[in-house]
Amino acid sequence: MSDTALPKSPASVRGILLGRRGRGRFDLTDMLTYGFLILGLLVMFTPVAWVVVSSFKTQANLQEFPPTVLPYASETAVIDGFDAPLPLFDVTQQDGRKVRLAQVRRVGLNAQMVDPADPGAKRIVVPVVNAVPVRQVRLAVENYANLVAETGADLWRYVYNSFFITVVATIITLIMNSMAAFALSKYRFAGSNVALVSILSTLMIPATVVLVPTYLIVAQLGLVGNLWGVILPTVATPTGVFLLRQYMLTIPDELIEAARMDHASEWRIFWRIVLPLSSPALAVVAIFSIMSRWNDFLLPLIVLNRREVYTLQLALNSFQSEFEVRYDLLLAMTTLTALPLACAFIFLQRYITTGIASTGIK
Amino acid sequence: MKLTGIGLSAACALLAATAPMGVAQAQEVTIYCDDLGYGCVTMQPVVDRFNSENPGETIRLETVAYQALVESLPVQLESGEGPDSAIITDLGGLSRYYLDLTPYVDREAFEAEYGQVLQWLRGSDPQGSAIFGMPTSLTVNGAYVNLTLFEQAGVPVPAEGATWEEWAAAARQVAEATGTDFAMEMDRSGHRFSSLAISYGAELVDDAGKPVVDDGLRAAIEQFVAWHEDGTMPMDLWGAVGGATHRELFSDFLNANVVFYFGGSWTLSQMDTEVGDLFDWKVVPAPCGPSSCTVMPGGGALVAFSHTDQPELIGKFINYLAQPENTGEVLAAAVEIPASKTLIEGGIEYPDASERTQESLSTFIAQIPKMAPAAYRFQGWRYQRAMMNALTTRISQVLNGELDVDAALERIEQDVNLAIDAAQ
Amino acid sequence: MSRRDQLASLAGGVISLPARIIEPVMTGLQKLLGIKRMPWVFLFPNMLAVILFSLLPVFINIHYSFTGSDRLYPQDRPFVGGANYETLFDCGNYLDPATCSRDLFWRALGNSLVFVPIQVIAMISVALLAALCLNREIRGRGFFRGVFFFPVMLSPVVVALTWQWILQRNGALNGLMTWVGLTPVNWLVFPNTAFFWSVFITVWAHMGFYTIILLAGLQAIPKDVYEAAKMDSANNWRVFSRITLPMLKPMLLVVFVLCVIRSVQTFDELYVLTGGGPGSATMLMVQYIYEIGFAVQPRNFGLAAAASLLLGIVLLIFTGVQLRLSRSAQQ
Repeated sequence: MSDTALPKSPASVRGILLGRRGRGRFDLTDMLTYGFLILGLLVMFTPVAWVVVSSFKTQANLQEFPPTVLPYASETAVIDGFDAPLPLFDVTQQDGRKVRLAQVRRVGLNAQMVDPADPGAKRIVVPVVNAVPVRQVRLAVENYANLVAETGADLWRYVYNSFFITVVATIITLIMNSMAAFALSKYRFAGSNVALVSILSTLMIPATVVLVPTYLIVAQLGLVGNLWGVILPTVATPTGVFLLRQYMLTIPDELIEAARMDHASEWRIFWRIVLPLSSPALAVVAIFSIMSRWNDFLLPLIVLNRREVYTLQLALNSFQSEFEVRYDLLLAMTTLTALPLACAFIFLQRYITTGIASTGIK
Repeated sequence: MKLTGIGLSAACALLAATAPMGVAQAQEVTIYCDDLGYGCVTMQPVVDRFNSENPGETIRLETVAYQALVESLPVQLESGEGPDSAIITDLGGLSRYYLDLTPYVDREAFEAEYGQVLQWLRGSDPQGSAIFGMPTSLTVNGAYVNLTLFEQAGVPVPAEGATWEEWAAAARQVAEATGTDFAMEMDRSGHRFSSLAISYGAELVDDAGKPVVDDGLRAAIEQFVAWHEDGTMPMDLWGAVGGATHRELFSDFLNANVVFYFGGSWTLSQMDTEVGDLFDWKVVPAPCGPSSCTVMPGGGALVAFSHTDQPELIGKFINYLAQPENTGEVLAAAVEIPASKTLIEGGIEYPDASERTQESLSTFIAQIPKMAPAAYRFQGWRYQRAMMNALTTRISQVLNGELDVDAALERIEQDVNLAIDAAQ
Repeated sequence: MSRRDQLASLAGGVISLPARIIEPVMTGLQKLLGIKRMPWVFLFPNMLAVILFSLLPVFINIHYSFTGSDRLYPQDRPFVGGANYETLFDCGNYLDPATCSRDLFWRALGNSLVFVPIQVIAMISVALLAALCLNREIRGRGFFRGVFFFPVMLSPVVVALTWQWILQRNGALNGLMTWVGLTPVNWLVFPNTAFFWSVFITVWAHMGFYTIILLAGLQAIPKDVYEAAKMDSANNWRVFSRITLPMLKPMLLVVFVLCVIRSVQTFDELYVLTGGGPGSATMLMVQYIYEIGFAVQPRNFGLAAAASLLLGIVLLIFTGVQLRLSRSAQQ
């Protein structure tokens, strides 16, 4: 857009702030645009950022209201005569003076405190309302350590299971869908419309709704409790076939005719010519497949009935145990679960828009 | 090509790793259990002993999340899959899958020890005499009370025999005086609500296995709604959630945000670690309603499923586990109430529990003789779950003004009858 | 080789493995069947999966809907004819769920009829706005694209737990309000606010997907059209309504259809967030079907199947109408 008045040093902050359309003045539309984008940034990221920050808080810190922004932990001091370090409190005494004491024990509304400078002296009884804990910002990385400890080696097992399902399913999906798309786009044959419509109609069926019959079929195939029981049922994605078909329609037929002249087999044509040319669309299908497989929940819930074959999402869900929601572990696990996708996304993000644009969904 | 070689061997390794487990080792049995209370963790020492005393015969414990046990296990069993055995809590509902253990265990001993609870396992065949499993522990609903708050408010703690209204009034006074968030809370669970309902005279189920909605149930629901309306109980639990979802907020009690929490004996094991010295608490005897002072019993059982191919081994293990010293060991570690007569009467030592916890356990056990017969009948009813789901769903609707009490009662009865019809 | 190239070649190596196995098979089949039959060979694996895992379950579901009992295997189930459908439609007055035998079905249907239009309109409006903003010459476009798309990558369980935790009585939102001086609200306890947040959270979680599609559509509009408009010194609104919007119509249609289909199928997030509560204010169709067929004991597969088939038929009709309308509009 040649009318954009961009300053000469695009990398500077000034450049970012002053990049605008319009002849040298700050357009109203520009302000609205940036306003909307900043708002979007806040709304989209703040909840997630909140989860990540809070995953470093201790269980006690999490229970507080109003919640603290940063993770805090009580300062402790080692005092003669006591085995464990004691938490420090700033206590307001009757005469209004503030003094720092260490708490030995707390029973109900009163706490027994001791003066760190004079541990041998008598214990001071202090009403809890007068004592403010001395705190500093500290990241409770033990949440993550505890998570690993509690789930043990299982955590890596879950990660492996999730990865296995995602990678294998995506590969199979790509191959099968592109083969079908090839058939539906580059050939004219009786029944191609029927096949296309029947594939697309499966979009209308919510997975939840055919859950039980799908489980029945998986059980009949003997795949319950097996990762393949989760991989196979959803490989024939209608959106994948549709996207690839639309894209392959744009590949000129002359290329294929020429290859046939050279006595290339159909498979060769597919594998060596059509498939590489479809890589933007393949990237898009791959990304969607990775996303939906990584986050898949309901089918694994009923098919994967042994802890050994749990995926990360199932493990995450099982932290909502019958009796108590352990938020500290839950938040740590939530962060961990979303992390691989975030990385994959950063790696692949530019393919998404270019890929979808190229398929020319019309 | 190097990559192909690596790729090939990697592919083979992966396939092998995920292939179905081939032929099960001869003489191995899998038991599903939860990791709380009387479950995988506490049973492991006994299992290890059994395995070492019986070479060639292995018992394998597998930890499965509670939700999976409730939702997925029935579907698996229905399709002929699933473990050989499991520790379950829906005793009546799964009864059609159980293996009759009579040929493998000592019938008289089992009848003598477990009597009433064995009846619960017979859901689909109430007149029969099959032994479907070994009850593991008994749970009892009950009320936890924050004594420190009572002390600060200067309100006397109601004595045994106090009614639900008296408790509500006292809790309200204490909450106001001390500025506590809420006076009373109850788990969002049909099982907990039934304690209240039966104390108010509800029968819930008749001898023919049909649901009963009567004045007792009406009175209980009206009282419950009134408590929500005047702020004694918060809307967060029963009001905010819908459908059959189970939810609890015991953390409110642990953080001294509520004066009176109606839950059950399974949270005792947490009390020492979570509360410690923060405040003084105790479990109080069952609050009374116009009809009785009932709290619902519950509990799990170790059952075997009829599709197993190792019935003798399961039977042998169950016999072993049922020995008082073995099951007593598990119960002591789990801090739960025994289900067998010998252990209830003889008492168990809970070496890791504090004095307060042990006192509370005795209080829970003392409530057992006071339970109305309706409580036992309800617990052993095959369609108990349907009734409990109906109660939570419909009462939440009443709390939100979608239904009035009359309509709710009608719906509850209708829901359960429809569920019974659908299962024929 | 750069890291990216190394990864690509590794991926290539892994993928070429099955290709080496498949190639001789396919060439052999071609010799056997001739070129004319090859499309069927290519189509076969996908169709097999579709028939086995998508169409067959639908037929089983149809069978379930005409049979009773809570048994899983079709052969164990007794035939009950249209009883399941009858009980669903057994209503005194269709507008008042309280007169219906299956009142929760009609409540869920009513909720869905309100939820879907509101959510679709909100979703598309926000996505369109975001796409328009992203289409301009701004710095950090890739970054902002990532920002909007990010929540789409989170699993529904994660989304629901995050927001439930933020919206609870002692959560971050109330904390923020207290800090600013407003009185906190127990958001998920009241039907209206719970409904509002359901719409908000689902839009939050999915708008990035539609933004990307609309952005692709906007970028497909040739630049010279805008140049021409500039020549005529058209203002922004005119450019938008006379040029942008009409050229975006095909993309908007795709987005609209996809959005409606997904919106009707909303389940995971709301189920974890409110369980359909308060009361039944946020209970939508799929949750009703799930609870009947799965979460309650004993399970009523027949009724769940009947309800789900009705839902599928409605969706099918709606999409058909949409496509027909668009085709006639294009002519």
